[in-house]
Amino acid sequence: MVSLVVNGKTRKVDAAPDTPLLWVLRDSLHLTGTKFGCGIALCGACTVHLDGQPVRSCSTPVSAAAGKKITTVEAIGATPAGKAVQAAWIRHDVPQCGYCQSGQIMSASALLAKNRAPTDADIDEAMSGNVCRCGTYNQIRAAIKDAAANVKGA
Amino acid sequence: MGAKQMNISRREFLKTSAMAGGGLIIGFTLPGATRLAQGAGKEARMSAYLRIAPNNDITVVCGLSEMGQGVHTAIPMLVAEELDADWSRVRVEQAGVDQAFANPIFGMQATGGSTSVRGHWEPMRKAGATARAMLIAAAAETWKADAADCRTERGVVIHKSGRKLSYGQLAEKAAQLNPPADVKLKDPSQFTLLGKSGTRRLDSAAKSTGRAKFGMDVYLPGMLTAVIAYPPVPGGKVASVNDAKAKAVPGVRQVLQIPSGVAVLADGYWAAKLGRDALEIQWDHGANASLSSEGISKTLSAGAAAGGAVGRNEGDAKAATPAKKIEAEYEAPYLSHSCMEPLNCTAWVREGEVEIWAGTQSQGPAQGILAQVAGVVPGKVKVNTMYLGGGFGRRFAPDPIIGATVLSKIAGKPVKLVYSREDDTRGYFYRPASVTRMTGGVDESGRATLFTASVASPSIMEGSHFMKLPPDGVDEFGVEGIRDCPYDIPNLHIEYSRQEPGGLQVWFWRSVGHSQNSFFLESFIDELAHAAGKDPYEFRRSLLGKQPRCRGALELAAEKAGWGKPLPAGVHRGIAVVFSFGSWCAQVAEVSVGPDGTPKVHRVVAAVDCGMTVNPDIVRRQIESAVVYGLTAALYGKITFKDGRVEQSNFHDYRMLRMSEMPKVEVHIVQSKEAPGGIGEPGTPPIAPAVANAIFAATGKRIRKLPLLG
Repeated sequence: MVSLVVNGKTRKVDAAPDTPLLWVLRDSLHLTGTKFGCGIALCGACTVHLDGQPVRSCSTPVSAAAGKKITTVEAIGATPAGKAVQAAWIRHDVPQCGYCQSGQIMSASALLAKNRAPTDADIDEAMSGNVCRCGTYNQIRAAIKDAAANVKGA
Repeated sequence: MGAKQMNISRREFLKTSAMAGGGLIIGFTLPGATRLAQGAGKEARMSAYLRIAPNNDITVVCGLSEMGQGVHTAIPMLVAEELDADWSRVRVEQAGVDQAFANPIFGMQATGGSTSVRGHWEPMRKAGATARAMLIAAAAETWKADAADCRTERGVVIHKSGRKLSYGQLAEKAAQLNPPADVKLKDPSQFTLLGKSGTRRLDSAAKSTGRAKFGMDVYLPGMLTAVIAYPPVPGGKVASVNDAKAKAVPGVRQVLQIPSGVAVLADGYWAAKLGRDALEIQWDHGANASLSSEGISKTLSAGAAAGGAVGRNEGDAKAATPAKKIEAEYEAPYLSHSCMEPLNCTAWVREGEVEIWAGTQSQGPAQGILAQVAGVVPGKVKVNTMYLGGGFGRRFAPDPIIGATVLSKIAGKPVKLVYSREDDTRGYFYRPASVTRMTGGVDESGRATLFTASVASPSIMEGSHFMKLPPDGVDEFGVEGIRDCPYDIPNLHIEYSRQEPGGLQVWFWRSVGHSQNSFFLESFIDELAHAAGKDPYEFRRSLLGKQPRCRGALELAAEKAGWGKPLPAGVHRGIAVVFSFGSWCAQVAEVSVGPDGTPKVHRVVAAVDCGMTVNPDIVRRQIESAVVYGLTAALYGKITFKDGRVEQSNFHDYRMLRMSEMPKVEVHIVQSKEAPGGIGEPGTPPIAPAVANAIFAATGKRIRKLPLLG
């Protein structure tokens, strides 16, 4: 049994310590917003936050997440940056197929949580680990800039 | 689509009924469904429908699959326009599988070929117009007034006296009325939604909050997750398997040998994957054990040199004596679609029935195929279409749904079959490789007088299993984009040679044959312009006198890109124009080439003539999306073989364009009153030649083999 704090709730799951966090979130907890894309941290679709830091959950053993605050796309809207990012995503109609967008939103939220005025270079650096096969990168960039202007609170 | 497909009687088209709780349901028949029903010798089912509820919600039930292209917004817009609906109350619901939802162009329920708007432009508007007429009639009856004195606006019927009733208030009464014999559709000048910017997608919120459910997100009670160990060499088979270690992995429930390989079924993906890793399999590699990309290239090149079936012949190419003649061989590789969502399907075979949950582009064919696989009647195959995490043609293929159904039938439980990224990359159904040999010539004045192309590639038609190579031996997908060369060249000859190296399964890939043939043609035309000493834009333009829409798109792209005007030092332009799926798309790429030869694409200016548009915002996004898809392939995309094995596996060796490489993209839409063209695919073909032509302008080096970096 592993004890995890996911989106503010303590969850106990029966998983081997080296099981990737991604599969615990999806297969054990059915938190399906976090996506499986590549399995080796190359596409960013599985991005979640551990204590506010973006990590690729497909390559993070569940044991490394124990004792940390895990935040997924289902709860990122409760943070000021996440709320602004999701609102901007909707306002800009960013998603096409939408499959990568949970990961994009998690990466963008982590960026804005520490940087309220990201430059294009900052956005390139924070977002180039997230692949979008539909090619929504220019809309993502525009939405991040829009969200940056609208982050409220701490 | 032609008028004949619309030629169905009014009586066949409509059926109305009351909703439980007092709303209006309008059922209607799509022309493709009528065709299917006639083929089967029975009356068409009428269950494509829209619902108007007492609370004013309007639900459009959509049989098409949403894979990012925006069809779940475009189809409701077609209805809403003629209905004069309040867009904020319009909802979309994914339909199940039913012949009533057959795509009017395909005659089967399927999404692809950039056909959705083209096929549904008229029938969906008609459904909306019919509902509107019935709501007006219900209002007129309520008020004992003349229907001619009533108008509609944003979900409300308004009498000239100023009295108003909402559609929801009128729905129950409207359901008691007979539908009108005929309805008049709006003139496009009256459109308030269609062709206007600002109508928002209906799926953005679900897809921005993690709520949207894709095939991968399906979880059923008692479900097992399966992964399959596939033969590493195409056509290979299992010689022997030792599954003892796999079965010892905690969570692994079953190991099954099936036709496609050895499946491990477990409580979740991770256990299934670990189980697969622990399998000890001896493979019989079969005839392809030494298959290599070098060998494939040689086979295709020999085919192109030998020539084949004649696809088009004008003038006398053999007798032509141009002042200047050039010849070149071009090559394009196999490509994987690599949707963001790895392929998957959940199937549950029960007594006499099958139910699947999948992001699929082909519900109609799936029903027939799975009925055979499971041994049930087609009517007992239920398809739950989930959001597709990318389609690009790959989700038209039946391999995941067959695999999941076979496994569920044996296991007696719901089974979710998941492809790892590696399985997905190595899962075949590739865009076919092609080698094409071309000759061209110009006269003394520099005008093109000769163009020949000999294409060698595998046949998608034969590979599809639902089409056959036509009697003339020319695969339409093998030559599309080159046989339909738009340029006015008097001596023109196109041949196709079917070559099937390795017997590899090939498939439809966003824009299909245009994806490689437009690279060949539009690069070679550039070569010809250079040979003629002409500007590549002017050279093309001078050959398009008989193609006003093509020339219009080309001119718009050139104008918006500032063709001929100075650029920053080191930046060069390339241009290309392509007709595909009913639309013209021209693109100008601005490219610089680094000291190590690496190209950087700074800006792409696209012009598209797709006739009338439904949602111009989505049109622009689709062109931009298609540019990225084509540019990714042009820069990096190749599936290669060594010792019979696919060399690529994941995003480190099958690279994707990323944020830091993304060019600026501008999309300009030609204002048009022509019938709508397709929009999901036409943006893909021009980008590879536009970039390659810009690289030539920058370096003088002509690129005749894709990818550019590789």
